[in-house]
Amino acid sequence: MPATQEAGIFDESALVAKAREGDLSAFNELVNSYSRKIFRLAKHITQNDEDAEDVLQETFLKAFEHLPDFQGQSKFYTWIVRIAVNESLMKLRKRKSDRSVPLDEPVDTGEDTVVREIAVWEENPEQKYSREELGQILDEAVEGLRPAFRTVFVLRDIEELSTEETAEALGISVPAVKSRLLRARLQLREKLTRFFKRKGDDVFAYM
Amino acid sequence: MLTCKEFLTELNDYLDETGDIELRRRIESHITLCPNCFVILDTTKKTIQVFKGVMPQTLPNDVQARLLKAVERKTSERKLRARSPGIQP
Repeated sequence: MPATQEAGIFDESALVAKAREGDLSAFNELVNSYSRKIFRLAKHITQNDEDAEDVLQETFLKAFEHLPDFQGQSKFYTWIVRIAVNESLMKLRKRKSDRSVPLDEPVDTGEDTVVREIAVWEENPEQKYSREELGQILDEAVEGLRPAFRTVFVLRDIEELSTEETAEALGISVPAVKSRLLRARLQLREKLTRFFKRKGDDVFAYM
Repeated sequence: MLTCKEFLTELNDYLDETGDIELRRRIESHITLCPNCFVILDTTKKTIQVFKGVMPQTLPNDVQARLLKAVERKTSERKLRARSPGIQP
């Protein structure tokens, strides 16, 4: 682990210890350090600004409320990610009251991963689109994933949590994280290929 | 040599650089012979890069302000309760 990350963990646990003793400025510092990440995470899972803001507030209010129960066995960030993921999924459940989206949604890990679209991409495909268009393409691609895949992808590849931290934050096993991440990545690859593939080209361009 | 199915199973470890050297060697030798898997590896890697590159980490100022206000409300409620334990909020 790089030294900077170790320093981050040290600072975090010192702040958490102070906040637990009632130091409100220490808690505010934690809020300021993680609010952007938690908002982005909630936005990706709920796909909605208003819900993401609710999740953001609920997460920190709950964290404050339950800080005395936080044992410090995991990182504070992993702990609040878990709260934020649960709050986000509750929002999704409320919105789609006809469909439940449990966090531990069973996934058949033995099922084959299907790859349908195999095509070479443009050199810098993202430059074909404006920032806004690209953002929309990516948002829609993530939104199209099942919540169980989406949350793992967001935590691993966007928030850059480790496989173990993701497993802990979601309360699922390490193999489940790995399997869901593979599916999420391959499904996203498939969706993006439709936008980014080189016109009039196919896989044989490489041969 | 790896089969395409085995290649897919091991793809994540390769991309995350968590697989051992022997596995990396086998994957690399597979993709030099299998153009389909080469494209899958290349475009999956790019998929992750595109997401990492453009996902902004911004928090609108008003959202941050409302968050800090909500936290402040909560913390002053607690202080109030601590001072007057008999009064229910």
